[in-house]
Amino acid sequence: MLSLQAATVRFGKRTALDAVDLEVADHRIVCVLGPSGSGKSTLLRAVAGLQPMDGGRVLLAGQDQSGVPVHRRGLGLMFQDHQLFPHRDVGANVAFGLRMHGTGRAESERRVRELLDLVGLPGAERRAVAALSGGEQQRVALARALAPRPKLLMLDEPLGQLDRSLRERLVIELRTLFQELGTTVLAVTHDQGEAFALADRVVVMRDGRIAQEGSPLDVWQRPASAFVARFLGFDNVTPATVTGEAAATAWGKVPVPEGSPQGEVDLLVRPAGVLIGAEKDGLRCTVGVRTFRGNHVTVRLTPENAPVLEAECALRDTPDEGAVVGVRFDSAETVVLAEG
Amino acid sequence: MRLGLMAVPVAFFAVFFAYPVSAIVGRGLKTDGVWQFGRIGDVLSRPDILDVLWFTTWQALASTALTLLIALPGAYVFARFDFPGKQVLRAVVTVPFVLPTVVVGTAFLALLGRGGFLDELWGVRLDTTVWAILLAHVFFNYAVVVRTVGGLWSQLDPRQEEAARVLGAGRFTAWRRVTLPALGPAVAAAALMVFLFTFTSFGVVQILGGPSYSTLEVEVYRQTAQLLDLPTAAVLTMVQFVAVGAILALHAVTVRRRERALKLVDPAQTSRRPHGAGQWALLGGVLLTALLLILLPLGVLVERSFDGPEGYGLGYYEALQSAGGSGSTFLVPPLEAVGNSLQYAFVATLIALVVGGLAAAALTRRAGRLVRGFDALLMLPLGVSAVTVGFGFLITLDKPPLDLRTSWILVPLAQALVGVPFVVRTMLPVLRAVDDRLREAAAVLGASPLRAWREVDLPLVRRAVLVAAGFAFAVSLGEFGATVFIARPDNPTLPVAVARLLGRSGELNYGQAMALSTILMLVCAVSLLLLERIRTDRSGEF
Repeated sequence: MLSLQAATVRFGKRTALDAVDLEVADHRIVCVLGPSGSGKSTLLRAVAGLQPMDGGRVLLAGQDQSGVPVHRRGLGLMFQDHQLFPHRDVGANVAFGLRMHGTGRAESERRVRELLDLVGLPGAERRAVAALSGGEQQRVALARALAPRPKLLMLDEPLGQLDRSLRERLVIELRTLFQELGTTVLAVTHDQGEAFALADRVVVMRDGRIAQEGSPLDVWQRPASAFVARFLGFDNVTPATVTGEAAATAWGKVPVPEGSPQGEVDLLVRPAGVLIGAEKDGLRCTVGVRTFRGNHVTVRLTPENAPVLEAECALRDTPDEGAVVGVRFDSAETVVLAEG
Repeated sequence: MRLGLMAVPVAFFAVFFAYPVSAIVGRGLKTDGVWQFGRIGDVLSRPDILDVLWFTTWQALASTALTLLIALPGAYVFARFDFPGKQVLRAVVTVPFVLPTVVVGTAFLALLGRGGFLDELWGVRLDTTVWAILLAHVFFNYAVVVRTVGGLWSQLDPRQEEAARVLGAGRFTAWRRVTLPALGPAVAAAALMVFLFTFTSFGVVQILGGPSYSTLEVEVYRQTAQLLDLPTAAVLTMVQFVAVGAILALHAVTVRRRERALKLVDPAQTSRRPHGAGQWALLGGVLLTALLLILLPLGVLVERSFDGPEGYGLGYYEALQSAGGSGSTFLVPPLEAVGNSLQYAFVATLIALVVGGLAAAALTRRAGRLVRGFDALLMLPLGVSAVTVGFGFLITLDKPPLDLRTSWILVPLAQALVGVPFVVRTMLPVLRAVDDRLREAAAVLGASPLRAWREVDLPLVRRAVLVAAGFAFAVSLGEFGATVFIARPDNPTLPVAVARLLGRSGELNYGQAMALSTILMLVCAVSLLLLERIRTDRSGEF
C-alpha cells in the first residue's frame, strides 16, 4: 500500500528524516516508535504531503505521490490533539471529509450514523465538540478520519493525551476495530506499550533513521542495539567482552546464550534474569527502592563499584530495603546487542 | 500563493499612499528636477519650526504619561472587579476612541472654551491653555490603555500571584515581580500607540490649540493650505514619517515580546466583587473619573446642541436642514453631510475589508523578516500626515490613467487608507490563533487550500471581520485630515461640515456645529455598541 523510498527531510542543518525506506502492506498495522525528535511525526507529515521532502519518494498503491497535493492523496490522519473543528458539531465534523468528496446528503448522513455507531457514540451527531470528554473527542476524530474510506489511516500519538486506564482500553478497541475493517494503518507513538499492543509490525526510529524493524515479539525479545533496549525501558545495559558463553562486565562474569556474537559488545540483562540469592552467593548488592507492579516487584540493587542493577522478583521473595544480597545471572535472559 | 494575496494590498498602498506622499515630498524638495536637500536643514533650523517640533514631542509625552496615570487604575478595575453595568461602561469608555477628532475637539470646546460649561459655572477657561489639549488626548486614548492592558490583565492567572504570595512575597512585591513583568510589554505597546496618536494629533489641536499651539500635523496643514509653502510642508511630512516609523518599529518589537507565551485564563474567572474600603474607593475613583472625563464632555456637547437663544429646543437641528443662513458658504443643507458620510464610510469600509482582509490572510502564517516588515508597514497610514495624503491625492490622481479628481471615490479611498490598519490589527491575531493543524486536518480530509480557508478560517474569524468592519466604519466616518482636502464643497462629510461651521462666527453656526457633532457621535456610538455585542476576546489590540 505505502512505500517510502529514501525519504529525506531536512530542517536547516538538522536531518529529521535520513533516507528512510519503509513498506506498509495492505491491511497491516505498522507502528513507528521513537523518542521525541526522532523524526516519527515528520514521517507521517511527509506521507500526508504536509511536509515537503528534500529527497526520496512516497508511493501509495504504487503511484508516486510527488506533486500530488495533500487533499488529493486520499489518506486519513488523526492528529495528536484531534483537531476537531470547534465551530461544527460532531455530525458535521464526521461528515466533513464526505462533503469534500462530494458525497450526497442522504448517503453522508447514513455513513455518519454508521461510523458513530462503530466508534461507540451512537446518536451523538448534534453534540457540540467542546462538550466532549477526551476519550469521546478521540472517537469522533477516528470516525472523521475513517469516514471518507481512506486508503491508509495514519495516527499521530493517537492516545497521547488520555489517562492510562482509558488508553489501555482504547488501544484494544482500536486494534480490534482495525482488524475487523481491514484498515491499513500507520501509527506513530513514543509509548512502547501502545505500539506493541496495537501493531503487527514495529519500527523503532532514532535521529531520523530506522533503528530496528520487526514484529512486536522480535523487537521485544531481541533489541538490536543498546539504544533500542534502553528505549524499551531496559536499564541493565553495559559494555561487555564476550568470550565463548561468558561475558566480562562491570558486574563480573555474566553467562550468555550459546552462539552469541563475540568480542566487544553491549550486553542486556533483563530484570527477570537478575537472580537474588544469599549474600555469599555471587555479586554483593545493597537493596534499594522497590516498586510494586501487580504480581511482581522491581528492585533496584546497588553493587559495589558497578552500575545499578534492576531485578524482578516474585512478591514473596522480595528482600527488605537496605538488605545485602548476592546476585547471579540467568543466561536465558541476557541478550548480546550486536550493534553499538 | 502568499505573494498573490499580497498583490492587491501592495498595489493599493503603492498607488494611493506611497505615490501621493512621495509626489508631495518631491514637489516640495525639487526645483527643475533637481533635489534640494539643503532645504531640510534650512527648515529645521527655523526657530518657529523648532518650536513646533518641541511642542509636538512634549505634549505627546505629557499626554501619554497623563493617559497612563489615569487609565491604568481603570485597566485594573475593568480586569479584576465585577460590578453592575461593567459591560455598558466598557462600551461607553470606548466610544471616544472611535469618535471623530473634530467631535472631541468640539466637545472640549463646549466644556472648557469661551462661554463653555466651566466658564458659565466658575469662569474657568482652558481652551487657550495646553491643558485642554492634554485632557482631550486623555479622553481620546483612555480606551486604548484600558483595552490593551486591561484585556491582558483580565486573562492573567491570579494563581501566579498567589504562588508568589505563598512563597513569601508581600502583596505589592508579588504584583511587582509577577504581574508587572507580564503586563510590561502590553503597557509599553499601549503607551507607544497613545504616543503615536497624540504625536500626530490634528483635529483636536486644530480646534483647541488656537494660534499658539501647533503640532507637526497642524503645521503641515497650515503650511500647505494657508501659506502654500510646500517645501516646509514636505520637510515636516518627512520628519513626521521618520518619527512614526521609529515608533512603529518599537511597537512591533514590544508586540512580538507580548506574543511570548503567557499562561492565559478565561477572564470570567479572574474578576470578583471588590471587598474592603480600599477596593471600593478605587472602584469609585475610576467610575468618577470616567464620569467626569468621558461622560461630562459628551453630555455638555449634547446639551449645547439643544441650548438655543430662545431656550432649549431643536432650533439648531432644524437649521441644519437649510442651505441658507447668514453668510453661510454651504451649497447644500449641512444635514446632507450625514448621507454623504454614511455612503462614503460604507464604501471605505468595503475597500478596507478587502485590502486589509487580503493582507491579513497573507500575513497569517508566521514568516520571514520581509513579511513581518510589511506587517509594521501596514500601520504607517495611521501616523503619516493625513493632510499630506489628502493633498497628495489632489496633485497626483488628476491625470489619466488615474483621473479621479472629479470622482466621489477619492474620499472613500483616502478613508480606507486609515481603515486598513484597523482591519489588519483586528483580524490578524484571530487568524494567527487558528491552529494551523485545523487547516491541515481539512486538507487531509480532501479540502483544497481555498476550500480549507472557506471552511475553517472564515467561520472562525467571522466575528473578527464584523468587529474590523465596525472599526473601519467608525474611523472612516471620523477621518478629517485627508477628507478636508478632497471632499467637494457640495458634498461635505460630517467632520468637514462641523469644522466649517466652527470656522465661522455666530451663535447659530456654533450651535449647528454642536448639533452636527452630536449626530456624528450618535452614528459612531451606535455602530460601536453594535460592535461591542459581537466583540471577540482577541480584539483588544487597540
